[in-house]
Amino acid sequence: MPDGSMVQGPVLRVEDLTVRFTRRDTDVAAVNGVNFSLNAGETLTILGESGSGKSVSLKAMMGLLPGYARIDGRIWLNGRDMLTLPEAELRKVRGGAISMIFQEPMAALDPVYTIGEQIAETIVQHEGCSKDTAWKRALGLLEQVKIPSAARRLKNYPHEMSGGMRQRAMIALALACSPSVLLADEPTTALDVTVQIQILLLLRQLQQELGMAIVFVTHDVGAAAEISDRIAVMYAGRFAETGTTRQIMRQPLHPYTKGLLASTVHGGMRGTRLETIPGSPPNLAHLPPGCAFAPRCRYAVDACRQGDIPVVTDETGHMARCVRVEEAVPA
Amino acid sequence: MSAALQIPLDPRDRGGPAQPLLLVENLRKHFPVRGGILNRQTATVQAVDDVSFSVRKGETLGIVGESGCGKSTTARLLMRLIEPDAGDVIFDGDAVGDRRGISVNDMRRQMQMVFQDSYTSLNPRMTMVESIAYAPRMHGTPRREAIDRAEMLLHRVGLNPRQYARRYPHELSGGQRQRVNIARALALEPRLVILDEAVAALDKSVEAQVLNLLGELKESLNLTYLFISHDLNVVEYMSDRVMVMYLGRVVEAGPVESIYRHPRHPYTRALFASKPTLDPDRRTTEMPLTGDPPNPINPPSGCRFRTRCAFAQPRCAERVPELLAPVAGDADASHVVACHVPEAQTPKHHTTEVGHA
Ligand SMILES: Nc1ncnc2c1ncn2[C@@H]1O[C@H](COP(=O)(O)OP(=O)(O)OP(=O)(O)O)[C@@H](O)[C@H]1O
Ligand SMILES: Nc1ncnc2c1ncn2[C@@H]1O[C@H](COP(=O)(O)OP(=O)(O)OP(=O)(O)O)[C@@H](O)[C@H]1O
Ligand SMILES: [Mg+2]
Ligand SMILES: [Mg+2]
Repeated sequence: MPDGSMVQGPVLRVEDLTVRFTRRDTDVAAVNGVNFSLNAGETLTILGESGSGKSVSLKAMMGLLPGYARIDGRIWLNGRDMLTLPEAELRKVRGGAISMIFQEPMAALDPVYTIGEQIAETIVQHEGCSKDTAWKRALGLLEQVKIPSAARRLKNYPHEMSGGMRQRAMIALALACSPSVLLADEPTTALDVTVQIQILLLLRQLQQELGMAIVFVTHDVGAAAEISDRIAVMYAGRFAETGTTRQIMRQPLHPYTKGLLASTVHGGMRGTRLETIPGSPPNLAHLPPGCAFAPRCRYAVDACRQGDIPVVTDETGHMARCVRVEEAVPA
Repeated sequence: MSAALQIPLDPRDRGGPAQPLLLVENLRKHFPVRGGILNRQTATVQAVDDVSFSVRKGETLGIVGESGCGKSTTARLLMRLIEPDAGDVIFDGDAVGDRRGISVNDMRRQMQMVFQDSYTSLNPRMTMVESIAYAPRMHGTPRREAIDRAEMLLHRVGLNPRQYARRYPHELSGGQRQRVNIARALALEPRLVILDEAVAALDKSVEAQVLNLLGELKESLNLTYLFISHDLNVVEYMSDRVMVMYLGRVVEAGPVESIYRHPRHPYTRALFASKPTLDPDRRTTEMPLTGDPPNPINPPSGCRFRTRCAFAQPRCAERVPELLAPVAGDADASHVVACHVPEAQTPKHHTTEVGHA
């Protein structure tokens, strides 16, 4: 196998990723055709509905879904298809070339080991260095993510840390082996804004230094504006719209994106009723034909409720999966 | 929900509207830190240190502050999930855990909490509907009734019971689990709900739905909220009053308009200055607050913020500043701040240029 870092072109390319959970009486279509590619040093942010398949997509890229998940498509990491790698290979890649900051640090950190033990163990496993070296690196990592009194915190068990500190420990763990792709699932949600901006600046800096590519999942439009080159908006297991950060924030095309931005709470909105998107998210066990957002969309016409919805992409790469957009923006 | 709660005066109300629902006095929790081969206590983390505040009936008190400043610990102390080292908690006039007051169990029936970590706060072996019905069943509600109500609550938080009632926690997304947690907290019809980062995991449209829902429930069920969040816009939207914490202490508190328009403590100002710009062309390039958060094991003497404060003076190291109303005339006397620096004591000054260390 060639050294991954030497491969030209995108470091990560995802083609037609689908994930279904089929078990007992349930058949959940969690991811329904996700496509994107990412170059070194680039950040793609995935915004989207709660339950739209963001975490499941990231876990698929890490090879971390349960056995009953049916995964299709291709996930090329440095030119190798993650979905065909044998488990032993996958274990080397995971936490090495690709690593993940999980949405729920408590579920990802092992409660019976200290933070230091967990970080050092990861480094030893992937790089085969001495325990001593690994502990020194672990200390440096905790300092890098701005954990106060890092040396003492190395000896903390996860439950002895505040939510935000656990999240920073997770980030340190994910950065332990200088990954070429970092999957960050809501990494700053649990942090106060002073630390959030520190972490975002840190990720931006590491990205410049290491050329790391980042897939950043968040609900926070402000964080997305700070870190992303491009934004993808996900609904019911698909990208409904992708574009540059500016395009998505200033000229959103898809009605779901517009609804999402309109319901964001800004300053000075006290006493007003918040705008919401009417209706409820689709049942992933019975996705409607056509556009999954149509039942909630005020612009929906008959064409939205049948067949495959065409993807409209303009010359700048701004893409929307919407019938009505085609009327407005001739392809 | 239940008819009894529709009438304006809650039968459980004891002291009338003027009596605070919750009064917290000098609450303190220092966690022991163990180390060495004998695992002896070697130090203490001063997680919550001398915290006092009150929550009026029907209001929402927002709590903001740095990660690790003791917000969740305060919440857990109020719920008596951990024992305080010192301090009093008085619920509607009754001292909690006192022989002449109210028992912890009775208090918990009236005070519920939604936890920050949605995953670990749900029992992995219970379906969603069982989790929600659990506490009411423990308190004697018949099974069928508890389940029916649980399904109705699921519906109210925007989850179709037919799809979600019989799922287990790992089969839900983070945001879906958090809504189940909210439903569960409401199942006992509490009077006070502590929401610890309850909407952080939700997408913005569901967040808006849940915030609208929390507003409606507050009206129809006469609820009082303690609302902990890092999202300053959401805190402004939800709260009547806001309390700002730094390293285990309250540094500023007051009516929401006053705090947001005229933040006075240098930490509060730095906090507001760190809000993301929402403008990809004007990204933040410098940190409004530099320096490392100090060590809670050995916090700075006097004012705990002084090591990162551009205005620190010798006396900041000598004396702990008290929470005081401003000296100047026209200011709101209920807006209190703990700071020795005179700028903080006179309101309506520059609001952004402070706190750059
Ligand atoms: N193991 C599982 N079995 C069945 N369904 C699952 C499983 N894991 C996730 N799901 C479902 O798949 C869908 C996508 O979940 P995912 O966790 O990816 O959502 P998300 O986009 O990350 O949402 P959030 O923003 O709330 O974290 C959800 O509807 C969820 O209920
Ligand atoms: N069980 C424990 N043992 C030791 N220290 C603890 C324990 N629980 C909390 N702490 C410490 O107490 C301090 C306050 O933690 P707390 O969880 O209350 O912070 P927080 O304000 O909720 O932060 P966040 O916004 O990150 O959730 C932290 O320094 C934390 O590490
Ligand atoms: Mg998720
Ligand atoms: Mg907390």
